Amino acid sequence: MTYRALELLNLPPDELSFLLDIGCGSGLSGEILDEEGYIWAGVDIAPSMLEVALEREVEGDLFLQDIGQGFGFRPGSFDGAISISVLQWLLNAETSHPTSSPPHRLSRFFTTLHSALRNPSRAVFQFYPSSDDQIQLITSAAQKAGFGGGVVVDYPNSNKARKVFLVLFVGGGGGGAGHQQVPEGLQGEEREDGKVMFERRREREAKREKGGKRKGVKDKDWILKKKELYRQRGKEGVPRDSKFTGRKRRAVF
Amino acid sequence: MVRLITHNLLACHVKNCTSNNFPLAFKDLGDTSLPAEQPDMIDDEFLQKLHHVLLEIHVEEGSMVCPNCNHVYPISNGIPNMLLAEHEIG
Ligand SMILES: [Zn+2]
Repeated sequence: MTYRALELLNLPPDELSFLLDIGCGSGLSGEILDEEGYIWAGVDIAPSMLEVALEREVEGDLFLQDIGQGFGFRPGSFDGAISISVLQWLLNAETSHPTSSPPHRLSRFFTTLHSALRNPSRAVFQFYPSSDDQIQLITSAAQKAGFGGGVVVDYPNSNKARKVFLVLFVGGGGGGAGHQQVPEGLQGEEREDGKVMFERRREREAKREKGGKRKGVKDKDWILKKKELYRQRGKEGVPRDSKFTGRKRRAVF
Repeated sequence: MVRLITHNLLACHVKNCTSNNFPLAFKDLGDTSLPAEQPDMIDDEFLQKLHHVLLEIHVEEGSMVCPNCNHVYPISNGIPNMLLAEHEIG
């Protein structure tokens, strides 16, 4: 997904680009950014994930940040931004305080991101909207903040491979022609077993992200992230992290 | 991992803190390898020092303070904590 996001960013090929990874987590995308020769900074709300990123020795500079509070980056700092599987979290109200409402958080987020990006440039978000209303809420907040662009759906007809990207433009969005053209989604052919024919690039991505073997959805990173989020929101009784966190449990009879 | 070159990106984002809100001041940085004034001649020695200060100094533990509203952004493990309290959110 990181590779696809980079493709959608459509950065000039021979220039050094400085990117922002929004919700960088444990540095999975960051490793790819390092490999691909980008300079980057990452923000995440979960200290435990950032610590994993440090252990991974990613090159990017890391910040502990709640993106719904807005960014503290100076104007025009970044040549582009990517975000993998994060945006949907902004739709949850954290407390009853007015600054915690999803519209307020979305507005803070998009407004401060828009100003942190160079003109022209792009921001690409892969995310998991649970309804068309959510997509609507997000895109209208982005528009109000001054972004152009739109939603790109890859493999729209596949349950498994369908991926939703929000591709936002600052100014013309770069990419030469100077006009805002939202990229086309990828169209895949579904095989009989229901698995989409991925391009080679995507398989490579899967391998790199998963170290060759498929990880379960609820792996340790995922659990740590989730627990951290609950703690951030002041939820009580979140189990502490231990070496047993996310370990496979055998069925006991 | 707060290199000075990254620190240079940051501005305070506390509510209504919109002017004189950067650069955030490091507390207790203690590096004095660069002269206070820009030297008349930019020589290799100066460039090396500049490289050192911009790219090689990593602030691991400490804090940054907004020159305008005095909000303190702690740095722990080299990671600046940019979180705001509810009343500070714009
Ligand atoms: Zn301030």
